[in-house]
Amino acid sequence: MWKLLKIELFKIFRRPRTYIAFAAIAAIITLIQLAFYSDGEAFLQFGMQSLKETFDINGKIVNGYLVCYVILQTLLIHVPLLIALIAGDAVAGEANMGTLRLLLTKPVSRSQFMWTKFMATVIYTLLLLVFMAALALFLSVSIFGTSDLIILKSETIVILDRHDILWRYFGAFGFAAIAMTTVASLAFLLSVFAENSIGPIVATMSIVILFTILTTMDIPFFNAIKPFLFTNHMLNWKGFFEEPVNYREVLKSATILIGHIVFFVFTAIAIFKKKDILS
Amino acid sequence: MSAIINVHHLSKQFGEISAVSNLSFSVKKGEVYGFLGQNGAGKSTTIRMLLTLIRPTEGDIEILGLNLRKHRKQILRQTGAIIEKPDLYKYLTAMENLRLFAAMSGVKIPGKRYAEQMEMVGLTERADSKVKTFSQGMKQRLGIAIALVHDPQLIILDEPTNGLDPQGIADVRNLILHLSKDLGKTVFVSSHLLNEIEQIADSMLIIDKGKKMAEGKVTDLFNPLDTIVELETGDNNDALEKLKQSAWKDYIQEYDSKKILVKLGKEDIPSFARQLIQMNIEIHSLSGRHSLEDYFLTLTTANKHVETFKN
Amino acid sequence: MKTIQILFVIICTHSFPQFCFSQSEAALIKGVKNKLDKVNNYQADGVMTIDVSFIKVPPSAVKVYYKKPDKFNVKKDGGISILPKGSASVNLNSIISGENYTIVPAGNTVLENSTVRIIKLLPNDENSDVVVTSLYIDEKKLLIRKSVITTKESGTYEIEMAYGKYSEWGLPDKVIFIFNTKDYKLPKGVTFEYESGEKKPKTANSENKKGKVEIAYSSYIINKGVPDSYFK
Repeated sequence: MWKLLKIELFKIFRRPRTYIAFAAIAAIITLIQLAFYSDGEAFLQFGMQSLKETFDINGKIVNGYLVCYVILQTLLIHVPLLIALIAGDAVAGEANMGTLRLLLTKPVSRSQFMWTKFMATVIYTLLLLVFMAALALFLSVSIFGTSDLIILKSETIVILDRHDILWRYFGAFGFAAIAMTTVASLAFLLSVFAENSIGPIVATMSIVILFTILTTMDIPFFNAIKPFLFTNHMLNWKGFFEEPVNYREVLKSATILIGHIVFFVFTAIAIFKKKDILS
Repeated sequence: MSAIINVHHLSKQFGEISAVSNLSFSVKKGEVYGFLGQNGAGKSTTIRMLLTLIRPTEGDIEILGLNLRKHRKQILRQTGAIIEKPDLYKYLTAMENLRLFAAMSGVKIPGKRYAEQMEMVGLTERADSKVKTFSQGMKQRLGIAIALVHDPQLIILDEPTNGLDPQGIADVRNLILHLSKDLGKTVFVSSHLLNEIEQIADSMLIIDKGKKMAEGKVTDLFNPLDTIVELETGDNNDALEKLKQSAWKDYIQEYDSKKILVKLGKEDIPSFARQLIQMNIEIHSLSGRHSLEDYFLTLTTANKHVETFKN
Repeated sequence: MKTIQILFVIICTHSFPQFCFSQSEAALIKGVKNKLDKVNNYQADGVMTIDVSFIKVPPSAVKVYYKKPDKFNVKKDGGISILPKGSASVNLNSIISGENYTIVPAGNTVLENSTVRIIKLLPNDENSDVVVTSLYIDEKKLLIRKSVITTKESGTYEIEMAYGKYSEWGLPDKVIFIFNTKDYKLPKGVTFEYESGEKKPKTANSENKKGKVEIAYSSYIINKGVPDSYFK
């Protein structure tokens, strides 16, 4: 299996399309850092307005931890779309290229083939997140320094002591890995049904966008269904920035996301095992 | 000779459509087995079932004496294949494609074999070029190299001469003969180039609409020396009556108001012509056709398409 | 004669209490001010705890700086400190600095088992933001135990002080600052929050919400100098 995994990773990282996501992430992060560097205070004006009417806030509000938080908040809405680019291509891309029929005449079981494909997709996702962490967290901290982290939520403001933040980011990135893998597994499942990767990529993106809109709209009718949307649970990386951390909720969301992953992947494998390869 | 492939009552249903119906055949070790059928006859479906790409609706397949369903990996380690046109990773080089697929073959391959394969198919100088720069013929040759790199016992080739120039076609033909005659490999080859199959195949199978029409040794099914003679006369009905009462009555294959088809050995044609004159049959046209093509056309519904085209 | 003098004093003190006691209020204020004036500057270490319904922040170590007459700053080293607006009023000296106010006595009361005098200060300046300052003063120790400041713009603040080893300097061990808070809300479409599906308990009417900031001082460095840069 390790040999097959190496082959899959070789194929992924030899393909130019793979690097689009890395480039996009680097561009977005750089732009956000540039925006904060040139006028970070103005960037925060909207959220801090009502707070500054009642309070005097002293200290370095714009710091590496805050910049990283804003980057995560932006990127973790958009990174799923980039992951769909690779995961949606996993099986459908091979069918489209015509290589699927040759691969499946090799002495590799279909289950092994699918697990290897999925593992390669997960590794790609994790590498993307490590890259994001390096740029978003470590680069931001080196540019902007550290201070307490002020988080503006809809009804509360949380201020976290600077010595109490780094471990939270490790937790958040770990949780984000599960969240992104959920999107990858959905795209992976849809990839099984198509012989062209555009279909599964667009379908995954559409589902993620639709569910994200439903998740973020503050309408009572939609609030009832939010707990059932995986995009809602994907947001619970923010749970690590509560004080105190509600581990029960974070674990609950993580479990639900892992449940989604298991369901999507096992369904994909079960369908693929019985599929006639006509491409 | 023992059978390398044994297929029993193989069927495949796609919804309402019966792509392959109750197909049984046997391929002996070391022979070149030709698989003929017009487009849509079920050749690709059959080949895909042999390679586990498609699940049969019914039937059993044994390869190398093992049940395909139960011993898939073991069988595929000993099998190399090209299915339709060989599609490869365009963004990788020829050598990278060869090594990648070789690594999945489940067989340990000595390092020098890759260069040998490239040389065998005439791609040594282009080994480090990306496949997207290759012509169809070059891709076909690379596909053959990939099919053979792990030295399989059974080679399944679906239209291997597609896109090749006459020299390329001749090279593939010689390669197949070399694999079979010199190296004892079994080659299962499908093609629509009848003359190619005729030149290399020891046995063959003809299918039409998913059903077996004929199977057997090439020499048993038809004599390559036989010719189908097409006779046009002034009065075909009269000519037919006379021929039915003559020594040639068993040679009549087909007839209608416009022509009479008679199957003759090449050496019999002159005496047949003399007999026609002696029988006072007014000859308007007497011409010979290739026997395998006619044999094929008589067996398959392709004949109807030919007549339609002619008319 | 002696009897008449005694009677006169009694009639004076009971018939004209304002005239007689106003002298002692002013003296009391002066006494407190003199005590506070001993402090020209200080640096203090403390722990600040914020108790506001919509702010979650752990208690944090802060440094408090003061320089006469009215420079005051609270800083968290390497972090963010958050204080209600007008928090300069936490500084006692600024409450009673200057003399441009009218002193009005308001009787006595008991605060934590000790009797305190209530004295109201009404600014003479009509443009002053402060409407009235009520001081609850421990007469014996010349310490302000509590002040209630009503302002035009920011409503009413309360400051409660507890004293210990620095009482001789008039510097408290603990200050609790109580103030009005405005409702805080941001659209969820901007904050992208996780929805747990649990119903949140209804909060009380925000108009009556109060917030509390407490600073517990552990040590003071008094009159050793504080650079002006510490107040930027």
